[in-house]
Amino acid sequence: MPEILLEMKNIQKYFAGVHALDDVSISINAGEVHALVGENGAGKSTLMKILSGIYQKDGGSIIYKGQEVEISSPLEAQIMGITMIHQELNLMPHLTVAENIFIGREPTRGIFVDDTKSNQMAKELLDSLNIDIDPTVRVNTLSIAKQQMVEIAKALSFENTSLLIMDEPTAALTEGEIQDLFKMIRDLRAQGKSIIYISHRLEELPQIADRVTVLRDGQYIDTLNIEDATRQKIISMMVGREIYYDPKEKSNVPEDAPVILEVRNLVANNVKNVSFKLRKGEILGFAGLMGAGRTETMRAIFGADPLASGEIYMNGEKVEIKSPYDAVSHGISYLSEDRRAFGLAIGLSVKENAVMASIEEFSSTLFMDDKKIADVTNEYVEKLSVKTPSINQLVRNLSGGNQQKLVVAKWLIKDSEIFIFDEPTRGIDVGAKSEIYDLMEQLVNEGKSIIMISSEIPELLRMSDRIVVMCEGRITGELDISEATQEKIMSYATMNM
Amino acid sequence: MKPNNFSKSMGFQKILALGVLALLYIFFAIFGNNFFSWTYLVNILDASYFIGFMAIGVTFVIITGGIDLSLGTTMMCGALLGGAAYNIWGWGIAESLILVVVVATIIGIINGLLIAYLKLPPFIATLGTQMVGMGFGAIVTKVMTMRYPTVGTPDGFFKNIFYKTSTGFPVGAVWLAVAFIIASIVLNKTKFGRYTFAIGSNREAARLSGIKVQRWQALVYTLCGFFAGLAGIFYAAVYTSIIPSTGNGLEVLAIAGVVIGGTSMTGGVGSISGTIIGVFIMSILKQGLMSMGLQAHWQTFFTGIVVIGAVLLDNYRIAQAQKVKIKAD
Repeated sequence: MPEILLEMKNIQKYFAGVHALDDVSISINAGEVHALVGENGAGKSTLMKILSGIYQKDGGSIIYKGQEVEISSPLEAQIMGITMIHQELNLMPHLTVAENIFIGREPTRGIFVDDTKSNQMAKELLDSLNIDIDPTVRVNTLSIAKQQMVEIAKALSFENTSLLIMDEPTAALTEGEIQDLFKMIRDLRAQGKSIIYISHRLEELPQIADRVTVLRDGQYIDTLNIEDATRQKIISMMVGREIYYDPKEKSNVPEDAPVILEVRNLVANNVKNVSFKLRKGEILGFAGLMGAGRTETMRAIFGADPLASGEIYMNGEKVEIKSPYDAVSHGISYLSEDRRAFGLAIGLSVKENAVMASIEEFSSTLFMDDKKIADVTNEYVEKLSVKTPSINQLVRNLSGGNQQKLVVAKWLIKDSEIFIFDEPTRGIDVGAKSEIYDLMEQLVNEGKSIIMISSEIPELLRMSDRIVVMCEGRITGELDISEATQEKIMSYATMNM
Repeated sequence: MKPNNFSKSMGFQKILALGVLALLYIFFAIFGNNFFSWTYLVNILDASYFIGFMAIGVTFVIITGGIDLSLGTTMMCGALLGGAAYNIWGWGIAESLILVVVVATIIGIINGLLIAYLKLPPFIATLGTQMVGMGFGAIVTKVMTMRYPTVGTPDGFFKNIFYKTSTGFPVGAVWLAVAFIIASIVLNKTKFGRYTFAIGSNREAARLSGIKVQRWQALVYTLCGFFAGLAGIFYAAVYTSIIPSTGNGLEVLAIAGVVIGGTSMTGGVGSISGTIIGVFIMSILKQGLMSMGLQAHWQTFFTGIVVIGAVLLDNYRIAQAQKVKIKAD
């Protein structure tokens, strides 16, 4: 019977009424690598943030080294010996490796920091971990992989560190670097340290993990020994939820519908050689896990970020899109996942936001036509049933669903042909969601075309006529709605090519 | 239409500013020497012209979330070059005055290019042009004081147009009022004004709405330079002598006036009507301290305090605005 290092029992967590973790229990043995998998929003990060003291649990208990503990801050977690290595590394880029490792507890001589000693201690530590890094170099001169190793070394410089949590540590690494990391993880396991390993890359797990725990929608599903955990089995556990919408059975778009937008060999930041077609009147779903490159693809098409190469055709003609201004002129609109940062000016009124993309059309050479602006805003507020006491209300006072509708109104007023919806229902309650769905259907019925990015597969199955799946910047699959299932989508979404 | 709490607090800010204006006037009327008089009222108006024109321009800049620290020396640089054209190069007074505005507008264009297209932070870019403008004016005039024609000389009529009529009517106030009205219309009724707010409220959302934010942002700084040029004409009309290597610090009078008037340093919020009130607070402060026999260094001292107070008030306002979040449904 292996020694149990940690048990989290019946953990509950709520965020503003959302049940993020529902009675989740997990147990970690000493000297094991325990993989934690699940879709976006399954609750992996939340659970780990509770364990590392960033969030506080709302219920349940944590038993660590045989004692029930309360972990109320990352510092407390660290003192207990629990450290989380985040995806965004927490190093100070302008300081040296040694300075980073010993920040806050620098060896001193009198009132001075003893750099010689600090460097020497860092060297010993790095050597003991077989990490070949000079402790006196600045961290920003190191590769991401090396920086990650520095962070691991820092965690292990606390003597009692016995549990490391790694959040997608291989996401930014090359194949060679991954093997180095795995070797290091195996060394740590041999020393009796435990590692919780969060990853979307299911094919890595047999190489590194001893057991796998699957979470789904904030609930514990099961824990398997790695020998029993086939890729197929894990995927079906990840997506095996009840489908709460009726999926669309077949595409509503005729085969010969004209192609309104075609993208060929698009290359941009985190976008690798992406090609696809959008037909008139179609809802084209984009599936994938976090970081799959869907948002980056759409931002590049919209001209919001520069594209390195690739061609965009509209109605068969090549177009140059260098800025959002060009995209809007061609009738493309982009509804960002982050409405507050990119979609709306929340300090301005409903009216001002509604016509922000189309003021030109409501202005004579000199003046805006206030009456016309008010009329058209009122018309669309009514048409989309945006709930606001007046069109002069500040947007910050609207609910998330109404803000989303307002963004749609903005692009309808601009008379766009193509709507790119990026996570259109994120942060919106159920009632408002179905209103957004109705709205999208209304748009395609009017002959508009839609690209819909969503991390909720059931939502994609309900809305899309066709689904494109991306993984790590590439398109890894394309499914007609009649053949699409949650399992197929998830299988493509975790397929590294 | 129900006004929400935020616009209420905007209104409150203006009422508060009006109250401060009245209190300051009463304070100096009691403690100042002869402050409560037609002479001093005219003095207050005189001082408000150049502050007012600068403040109009920089209101647009601050609404975009930017700042223009070059205002004061831009005004002086324009006035110095106009003076050089009149005194040294033998230009006519009309052409010289046009040059004042042209020079200042060019500095505004440079600010716009540096900030909108070359992505310099506004603070740094305009700190740079502040010094460039100050140095350039001194170089061109060989550090000689430039004098504009006085009333009675053949070209002195320009003072009758911009400063005081021959009957002593402070006609500058009429020009300032006209400028305020036009600026207010531009800010509230044109797409240029709307984009000014949009850029300050959420630059990225504006860009993703297909607005050419760089172009409009550059235009805002150009407009600010243009108004600094107008300020230069009125400064010359009121004070006659333009001394090289001065002007830095005067922008603070305008910026403080704008902020006191309720325009937020974080952008997206502001009004020309608030700026008017703020400008008069600043010019009353300036003349009032003088009427108490306190000279320039006292003005500098109190201006500094007023600026800090105004920005603190701005912070408080933002904090209040964020506290107030009513759900509309």
